[in-house]
Amino acid sequence: MEGEKYVLEATGISKSFSGVTVLDGAELSIKPGELHALMGENGAGKSTLMKVVMGIYTRDAGRVFLDGQEVEFKSAREALDAGISMIHQELSPIPEMTVAENVFLGREQKLIKGLPFVDKKELNRRTEELLKEYSLSEFIRPNMKMKDLNIAQTQMMEIIKAVSYNSKVIIMDEPTSSLSEKETEILFGIIDNLKKKKVGIIYISHRMEEVFELADRVSILRDGKFIGCVKVAEASREQLINMMVGRDLEGGYPQNTATKGEVVLEIKNFTRHGVFEGVNLKVRAGEILGMAGLVGAGRSEVMRALVGYDPLDSGEVYLDGKQISIKHPQDAIRHHIIIASEDRKALGLVLCRSIKENIALQNFDQFSTAGFIQKLQEKRSCEEYAKKMATKMNGIADEAGSLSGGNQQKVVLAKCLLSHPKVLIMDEPTRGIDVGAKASIYRNMVELANQGMAIIMISSEMPELIGMSDRIMVMSGGRITGELEGQEAKSQQTILKLALGGQ
Amino acid sequence: MTEKKDMGKILRQFGLLFVVLIIIVVMSFLSPVFMTQKNIINILRQISMNGILAVGMTFVILTGGIDLSVGSVVGITGVICGSFLERGMAWPLVCLIALVMALLCGFINGYLISYVGFQPFIATLSTMTIGRGFALAYSNGKPYMIKDPSFLVFGQGYTPLFHIPVPVVLLVLVCILGLVILNTTSFGRYVYAIGGNKNAAKLSGVRTQRIEMMVYIISSICACVVGMILAARISSGQPTAGESYEMDAIAATAIGGTSMSGGIGSLTGTVLGFVIIGLLSNSMNLMNINSFYQQIVKGLLIIVAVFLDMRTKGSKN
Repeated sequence: MEGEKYVLEATGISKSFSGVTVLDGAELSIKPGELHALMGENGAGKSTLMKVVMGIYTRDAGRVFLDGQEVEFKSAREALDAGISMIHQELSPIPEMTVAENVFLGREQKLIKGLPFVDKKELNRRTEELLKEYSLSEFIRPNMKMKDLNIAQTQMMEIIKAVSYNSKVIIMDEPTSSLSEKETEILFGIIDNLKKKKVGIIYISHRMEEVFELADRVSILRDGKFIGCVKVAEASREQLINMMVGRDLEGGYPQNTATKGEVVLEIKNFTRHGVFEGVNLKVRAGEILGMAGLVGAGRSEVMRALVGYDPLDSGEVYLDGKQISIKHPQDAIRHHIIIASEDRKALGLVLCRSIKENIALQNFDQFSTAGFIQKLQEKRSCEEYAKKMATKMNGIADEAGSLSGGNQQKVVLAKCLLSHPKVLIMDEPTRGIDVGAKASIYRNMVELANQGMAIIMISSEMPELIGMSDRIMVMSGGRITGELEGQEAKSQQTILKLALGGQ
Repeated sequence: MTEKKDMGKILRQFGLLFVVLIIIVVMSFLSPVFMTQKNIINILRQISMNGILAVGMTFVILTGGIDLSVGSVVGITGVICGSFLERGMAWPLVCLIALVMALLCGFINGYLISYVGFQPFIATLSTMTIGRGFALAYSNGKPYMIKDPSFLVFGQGYTPLFHIPVPVVLLVLVCILGLVILNTTSFGRYVYAIGGNKNAAKLSGVRTQRIEMMVYIISSICACVVGMILAARISSGQPTAGESYEMDAIAATAIGGTSMSGGIGSLTGTVLGFVIIGLLSNSMNLMNINSFYQQIVKGLLIIVAVFLDMRTKGSKN
């Protein structure tokens, strides 16, 4: 490795957001013509590291070198001009413009210098050249509208755009996550072509097969720390998983001692085409069921469909053994199946209204007659539940948006608990929450289970899943890939293998 | 922090009240006519129609929508009432027909917006145009004379007690009804919740589509009441009646501090909003200010009110 020059090198990168450390001394080095895979669990800091390199986030510490020169980009545009481009997971082309216009957006060839008339012919000619070079010209024409391309083609165009900047390094964030097998092959062809041209590629992926097929080296991050960099040729699957997971499990989770009762909720054959397929699961009274999987495995989607928020193509729901029909979240609430959404801002709270109004929103059945609110009772109930959750506030008249993330989550839970759930679905209940608030949420969960509630917890944090769940269902690619109970459930390796779609 | 926020809110409401008082005090000095009973009744009558529209509009805007079609509903109500009364139909039946028609208009708006998914601006812009065209086509562009004395009471009558104009009584009734619905029912809370975060409201079991439908129906019914008042007041059903009325209703709502993106605002604010608009235009009439300049003043008023609103909100954060 020595002697060979790195095209891009980052060392000792640290970054924290409002006190939470996301990156702690991360490093990465790319050689020209190398495909360097970057792996790690959800939240390990992969995307953050890339955004720091690109100048989208400012770093707290560390240095970045491009071709041996220290650089400090202030924006993605600067990085792009210097030769680093990033293909994001969510693509953002301008749908009404043509392929050529999108590729050369912001640097169009002008007919006459200084006048704002674009030389479309020249744009099309240069785009055509690029398409031919990467053998895409049979599928894509320069004058096609961007909106007429499918996701795969759009992604190819993002790569072509990156190439057109003569990028020395291209960062690809899960490029195959939305591609079919055939499209993936085309992408791999392009990648080969890029490697021959001595472009360095940083490849973020969860898919082991791809990493072993494509990558020269793999760097692994865990909890924002750099764990190691290995040559793929010398590494095994198990070794990589061990590096990603680490061996030490965090302790300190309260034990759920509730006696498990009857099956409260059962769902059969839940299917929403293209999102999840044939999902079955059961949860008992007093049980905490963990849902494991990578981002995009379809866990939240199943739960949102269960409560009637998302559409469902087919599937049956049984509550206490009786089949019920849920077509709207209102039906779910009437059956006491309550969800605390992962996204507080988008789905959990009406931020511009008060704590009281938020807690009351789904519970007017309890304190209104003929549509008229019994305000005293409303106030009493909302106050009781907000206090039960130990929400830090001046009063329930506070605007929900003025609270911290942890306290917002407590308001969401107060709202859910006031609905007296039989089944409580907690989607990422501790995301973005500090340690103290986390512990209090864990204690609440155990207490609720002891009262006989059935709890389904979706979480992307392995230690939390293992520490809190009595049983774990693993999803991958919209399907249940495993069910783990007892000692089996205590193995991060097994869960990760199932989540990666193995076996 | 809350205290400060509440202070801001109170300051705002009092701010509008303060504006009302200033206008009254200044005008009592400037014009001997201003504080007479006749003029006060006159002002109240003038604001009654815009006031009723603004109450309906506030419901719509609180959900994050807008209703541009109210002026056309005023026009349709006029020609429908006029034509049936001309044929000698009994006035209660005529009113019922007009109300059913308004219900239908609101239903169409609500359906397009909450079930089909049109943007409120576009949906109600279309129904506004269609509605006006319908009123013109239905009447062939000509007004209907209205002679039924019982119907004319809506616009020209007075209460036997205290001698208050009927339109003012209707305004007060609509305002009270609006305040009760918005502040004491779960429906009112849902209206705010939808404007603040429609998706969160849905996940909390709120039938967002139905509620949205309801606010457009409320707005149309308010417009229908105004249509009847107007037709009765001028003793004729005019197809062009109510043109651009929607703008004053939106202005009153905006001046009253309701956010155009929904979720924040109050009916008390709207009431102060249309009172201020009415007071100002009456004052300028008394001062013989050219109506061209009056428009400029009205526009400036909106800018100043919304600017102050932004400032008080900004200072909170």
